[in-house]
Amino acid sequence: MIHECPKLVGWAKRCMERESVSTSLPDQYKKNMGDEVVLLDTFVSVFGMRVRIALAEKGIQYEYKEEDLMNKSHLLLQMNPIHKKIPVLIHNGKPICESLIIVEYIDEVWKDKSPPLMPSDPYKRAHARFWADYIGKKIYDGGMKIWSSKVEEHKTANKEFIECLKVLEGELGDKPYFEGENFGLVDMAFIPYYSWFPVYKKLSNLNIEAECPKFVAWAQRCMQKENVSKSLVDPDKVYEFIVLFRQKIGVA
Amino acid sequence: MANDEVILLDFWPSMFGMRLRIALAEKEIKYEYKDEDLRNKSPLLLQMNPIHKKIPVLIHNGKPICESIIGVEYIDEVWKDKAPFLPSHPYERAQARFWADYIDKKLYDTARKIYTTTGDEQEAGKKDFIEILKVLEGALGEKPYYGGDNFGFGDIALIGFYCWFHAYEIYGNFSIEAECPKLVAWAKRCMKRDSVAKTLPDQHKVLEFVKILREKLGLE
Repeated sequence: MIHECPKLVGWAKRCMERESVSTSLPDQYKKNMGDEVVLLDTFVSVFGMRVRIALAEKGIQYEYKEEDLMNKSHLLLQMNPIHKKIPVLIHNGKPICESLIIVEYIDEVWKDKSPPLMPSDPYKRAHARFWADYIGKKIYDGGMKIWSSKVEEHKTANKEFIECLKVLEGELGDKPYFEGENFGLVDMAFIPYYSWFPVYKKLSNLNIEAECPKFVAWAQRCMQKENVSKSLVDPDKVYEFIVLFRQKIGVA
Repeated sequence: MANDEVILLDFWPSMFGMRLRIALAEKEIKYEYKDEDLRNKSPLLLQMNPIHKKIPVLIHNGKPICESIIGVEYIDEVWKDKAPFLPSHPYERAQARFWADYIDKKLYDTARKIYTTTGDEQEAGKKDFIEILKVLEGALGEKPYYGGDNFGFGDIALIGFYCWFHAYEIYGNFSIEAECPKLVAWAKRCMKRDSVAKTLPDQHKVLEFVKILREKLGLE
């Protein structure tokens, strides 16, 4: 509806700012102004967590549906037939796939809701996309080498992973967040891994606090934001999940 | 934008570099093209892309933008008053980005197997490649371009691979037109655009390049 008649929806939101209106309309009309938002996800997914943070930052109410990746739902296969992966955002029945694409979509659709998730300057936007892409390419694969491999392979995997973290630590520098003063796309792309760090420590003795202290300070700063801490999963639950997974794939 | 300095660090057969060349041509931006020797990378390249050390790199007024799809979006945002690549509707923008991402994740590595491997591995690569092209053909549907009625983001992401089709066909011993006629029709439509025709190298030159690469790998 927003895209069919944006001026009309803009007018409706303006009216909703009047107390006489907002206190009179039942809750379903206040909820996202008629938007239906569904998130297909898996609780441990670092990619899903990015989307949860983005939705929380924009104050978007949505229905969360937990997927069993060993038994994918008909809805997931219908909504993401190409990759068959989570997360998938379903907005008024239409699917958006790939976590960074979803985050940019959320920022564009709900551009009138602060905070902005992306910088406005094109160069800064390209810079943010570059680092989010680096995290997707290097950090996920690096982490996966630790949690999906046998213990004897961990030493090499740890070394490679720390190297990637140090590159990111270098990029962060002395800034409070990757983009400067404000929490943004790169922080959102990276902070979910913080809930996995205790997993790496338990599995392969990887002490990230000792190797990358600046990075840990950044992570703790992000975790002070309620939208981040409530979107991330409890590390103990991630560890339980990984232990079972490692048993299933025969590397435990 | 009269005082803009735009440099492109690139390598002539790179289908990723071609994306930026096409994007710059579509926006009629003047730039300096620098062809890199990838076995002997220039100090400028290593300075401008220290993380990945890869081409293409767009350098705009001294600042580098790396990764070709990120570069195409940057060009679209900076020179936004001319020939937009992305649609204005957020859902359609997400779809265009999705397909560019799909091409990046799937196409290059699979296609590479066709001319750098042999036997079962090559056959598997060829099979996967055809499947990926069929998916892309399906995504195009009956539209003239991935951008709909207008040449756009998805078209820019994919068209550079077209000049490599001849090499894939020779080494894979198959016809892409026979497998995906609509996709080849789309490619020929794109080739009528100046920005594409003047950017894509001759397919025989690409074949020669692949032959030399295979010689180095001991496959010729």
